[in-house]
Amino acid sequence: MAQDLDRDGAGRRLPLARLIGETLMAKERLIVVGNGMAGCRAVQDVLKRDPDRYEITIFGAEPRVNYDRIMLSPVLAGEKTFADIVINDEAWYRDNAITLHAGRAVQVIDREARVVRAEGGLEVGYDRLILATGSDPIRLPLPGGDLKGVVTFRDLDDVEAMVAASAQTGARAVVIGGGLLGIEAAYGLVRRGMAATVVHLVDVLMERQLDASAGFLLADALATKGVATELGAVSEEIVGVNGQVTGLKLKDGRTLPCDLLVMAVGIRPNTNLAKAAGLEIGRGLIVDDQMRTSDPRISAVGECVEHRGQCYGLVAPIWEMCKALAAGLTDTAGDYAGSVLSTRLKVSGVDVFSAGKFAGGDGCEDIVFRDAGRGVYKRVVIEDGKVAGAVLFGDAADGAWYFDLMRRNTPVAEIRETLIFGQSVTEGLRGLDPSAAVAALADSAEVCGCNGVCKGAITGAIVEQGLKTLESVRAVTKASASCGSCTPLVEKLLILTLGDGFQAQTGPKPVCGCTHHGHTEARRRIVAEGLKSMPAVMQALEWTTPDGCASCRPALNYYLICAWPGDYQDDKQSRFINERVHANIQKDGTYSVVPRMWGGMTSSDELRAIADVVDKFKIPSVKVTGGQRIDLLGVQKDDLPAVWADLNAAGMVSGHAYAKGLRTVKTCVGTDWCRFGTQDSTGLGVRLEKFMWGSWTPAKVKLGVSGCPRNCAEATCKDIGVICVDSGYEIHVGGAAGLHIQGTELLTKVATEEEAIWTICAVTQAYREQGWYLERIYKWMARVGLDSIRAQVEDPAARRALHDRFAYSQRFSRVDPWAERVAGRHTEEFNPLSRRMEFATA
Amino acid sequence: MNVLVKDPIDWIDVGAITDIPSRGARRVPTPTGDVAIFRTGDGKVFALKDACPHKGGPLSQGIVHGHAVTCPLHAWSIDLATGEPMGADRGKGCTPVVPLEVREGRLFLGRI
Repeated sequence: MAQDLDRDGAGRRLPLARLIGETLMAKERLIVVGNGMAGCRAVQDVLKRDPDRYEITIFGAEPRVNYDRIMLSPVLAGEKTFADIVINDEAWYRDNAITLHAGRAVQVIDREARVVRAEGGLEVGYDRLILATGSDPIRLPLPGGDLKGVVTFRDLDDVEAMVAASAQTGARAVVIGGGLLGIEAAYGLVRRGMAATVVHLVDVLMERQLDASAGFLLADALATKGVATELGAVSEEIVGVNGQVTGLKLKDGRTLPCDLLVMAVGIRPNTNLAKAAGLEIGRGLIVDDQMRTSDPRISAVGECVEHRGQCYGLVAPIWEMCKALAAGLTDTAGDYAGSVLSTRLKVSGVDVFSAGKFAGGDGCEDIVFRDAGRGVYKRVVIEDGKVAGAVLFGDAADGAWYFDLMRRNTPVAEIRETLIFGQSVTEGLRGLDPSAAVAALADSAEVCGCNGVCKGAITGAIVEQGLKTLESVRAVTKASASCGSCTPLVEKLLILTLGDGFQAQTGPKPVCGCTHHGHTEARRRIVAEGLKSMPAVMQALEWTTPDGCASCRPALNYYLICAWPGDYQDDKQSRFINERVHANIQKDGTYSVVPRMWGGMTSSDELRAIADVVDKFKIPSVKVTGGQRIDLLGVQKDDLPAVWADLNAAGMVSGHAYAKGLRTVKTCVGTDWCRFGTQDSTGLGVRLEKFMWGSWTPAKVKLGVSGCPRNCAEATCKDIGVICVDSGYEIHVGGAAGLHIQGTELLTKVATEEEAIWTICAVTQAYREQGWYLERIYKWMARVGLDSIRAQVEDPAARRALHDRFAYSQRFSRVDPWAERVAGRHTEEFNPLSRRMEFATA
Repeated sequence: MNVLVKDPIDWIDVGAITDIPSRGARRVPTPTGDVAIFRTGDGKVFALKDACPHKGGPLSQGIVHGHAVTCPLHAWSIDLATGEPMGADRGKGCTPVVPLEVREGRLFLGRI
C-alpha cells in the first residue's frame, strides 16, 4: 500500500523535523506563557510522551518556580511552607533543559513573525506556543478598593501580605465572598490568630456547590472554628483612615471593622495577551477539543480557556486539558471532551462533598439522610433512575462512589433503598464484604480527581512496588498529591491492600482501619466520657474490630495511661515487644540493653559492673550510643532478668532506650570544666533526667542541655533542647535528627534553672496530652503551631497546671521496670511455656 | 495452608491454656526451633513455628489482634490459623502450622 511520505503507518502527519532527520534539524521550539499549574503540567505531559521533541521555554509572571496553587490555603493557615508546595524545583527545569524566564511577563505575541516579546525587551521565537495565562481574581469596583490592606487571594504575594497583616496583635479580617476560596482564606487567617468574618451576598455559603441545609451546617461548623459569617450581606464601601483600610460598610448601615480586607469573589479568565494578538475570545480564550486556539500554532490550557462554552476553575479539568494538549503536540491520541465536576472542601476538619445537580430540580427526586448526633447531612439526587448529583456534609467518604455512579450513568433502582447509607452498606447487603467500603470500587473508578488516578493504578502500584506509606503512593502515582482531599480513600486502599502492614501516619485521619475516629477525637472522648479501659473505649467509639490491631492498641493504651495516671491498668499485650520486655529487639531476635546514665555521667563502679555483665553473659557487642550511654547488644531473652539484676545491684536502672517515652538527656560539661560554659548544664541535665525518667510520651523524647551557644550537646536537634547563656536558659523545641533533620525553634527564655525545669515539664505535658501516638514533638508543633505551645507555657497559671499534671503522673512512672521484673513480675514473658519438647526426638 | 501433613506420633502436654496471657503468646523450644502458642481475645489457641516467613522474626513476641499476629521486626501480619501473611504480603511464603489440641484446659503439642 502506498504511503504518503509525510505520514507514518497510522496515517498521522509526521513533524517536519522527523522527516528531515533530527540530527540535521534543530528541535522545534515550544514556548509556554504561564509558569503555573496548567503550563507546567502541560510541559510534563508533553515530556512524558515525547521527551526529545521540543526545545522548551517557559515564561512566568511570578518570580519563582512552579508551585501548587491549591495549597496556598494550607500555607496561609501555617500548615505548610512554600517549599512544601513547590511542584517543580529548579532542578526539574535544568534536568529537562527547559529555559525558565521567571518574573518576566510576556507583553506581545507577534503571530506573523512567530515571536513573543517579554518585559525587558526579550524576544524568543516559537514553532508552537501554549498560552496558560490562568485567571485574575475579580476585584469588586467598591469605593475604597485601592486602600492599603485590601488584597485578593491568588498567589504567594497575596498570602504573604495576609500573613504580614495577621502578625499584628488583635488584627481583624473581613473576607468578601463565601465561596470555596473565601472560606479557605478566612479559615487560614483565623489559624494565624486573626478574627475573621466572611461576608457573602447570598444566603447560603458556597451556594454553587451546597444546598441550603449543607450551607447552614457549614456556617455552623465554621463558627466553631472561629470563622464568623454574614450572609445575605451587600458590601457598599470599603472605609479607611490615612490610606489604610479600617472597615467594610454594608448596605444595612453597619460597618464591620477590619485591618485586612480580602476579596475572594471569583476569577476571570486572563485573556488580555490573547485578545491583543487577535485570537478568538468569548468568556475565555476559545479552544477546540485538541486545545487549539483560532491560530493552529497556538494552544491554550487552564483557567484562561473556554471550551464548548465552559470555563473551569478547578484543577481536575485542567489536568484533563493538559493531557489532550500534550496528545495534540506529540501526535498521539486523546481529545478533551469537557469535564464533569465534583468539589471537596479542603478546609481542615470540615468534610464536604458536592457534585452534579446537588440541589435537585424538575424531574428529580431526593433521598436525604441526617444524623444530628454526628452532624451528618447527605442528599443524593436521582433523575431517570440514575444518580444526578449529591451533596454530603460531615461524612463525605462515599463521595467518590456517588460520583462514580453518576459519571457512569449506573441505574440505581435496585440499590435505591440503601443508596443513601453509602457503598459499604449497599454492597454489604448484596453479599459483598461490608467491612471494606472501597473494596467494591471498580479498578477503573477514579479515586484522585485532581490527578485522574483510578483505583487500579493505586492498588497496582502498592502491590508491584511494595509501597507501604501514603507518601510513597503519592510519589509514585500522584494520587492525593494535589489538594489531598482523597487522602482518606487512598489510605483505605493502603489498608485494604496491605492489611495491618500499613503503618498509621499522622494527619487528620482515622487512627487506623478499625475506626473512623481520628486521634484527637479519640483522646477527647477518653477524657470527656471518663473511658478508663480499652474495651470501654472500643465500645464507646464503635471500633469495627473485636480487639483492635497492632496500630490502634498501642495508641489507645498510651492515651489511657496519659489520661488516667495511677488509675488505668497498663495493658501489656497492647505494647510493642520492646516496651513489654524493656529492651530492644534486634534482627536475630536477641535484645539490646541500655542502662541509664544520668546526664551522660558515669563512674568506675558502673563501668566495672557493666564490664562484669558483658563477661558473665558473653554479650557479643558493646557500643557507645549517640545519647551518651552504653548499649549491650545481643543479649538472649532468657538472660534479660539476670542481666538487669546485676546492673540494678550496681545502682543502674533501665535507660528506656526502647520507649515511646523519655530517652536521654545529653549534656556538655558546662561550668564544671569548660572555659566557655555559662551555666551548670550537666547538673541541669541530671536534674531533668532524674525528674522526668520513666514518663511515657506519644513518641520518643530526647533532651539536650548545652552550657553555651557553642552547643556541644547538640541541643538544637533534640525534641527539647536547652542552650545556657549568661543571662539564663533558652528553651528550644521541635528538633529531630532521624528520618527528618530539623533544627529546633526557640520556645522561650527563662532566667533560672527552676523555671527551665518547670517550662520543660510543662511543654512535655502539653505534648503528652495533645500529641498523636507516634507523632514526634516537631510534628505536633507543626500541627498545633509554635505560638499555641508558647501561649501554654508562658502563661504562669497554665504552665503551673501542666507542670503539676506532669509531676502527678510521674508519681506512678518513676519505677524501674527492670527491678520489677527481677522481683518476679511477668516471668511468663521471659520463660518458655514448657521445656518438655526440647529434647523430644522424632 | 501449610499444615504438616504427617499425623503426630504422640501428643505432649506443654501447659495450661491459662498459662498464656489473653491476646498473647508463649514459646516452646523444640529440637527444630521454637514453637509459638497464641491465645486470642476470644479464647482460641493456635500454634505456629516461631518464625515469620519474611525474615524469621519471633512471632511469639508480636501483638496479637483478632486471629492474627503482627511480627515485631517488620510488622507483617500473619494469619494464626494458616500461617499465611495477610494483606500485601499474602503469597510471600508461609509459616508452618503446628498440630495443637486442647483437652480439659491443657495444651497438647503434636510431636511428629
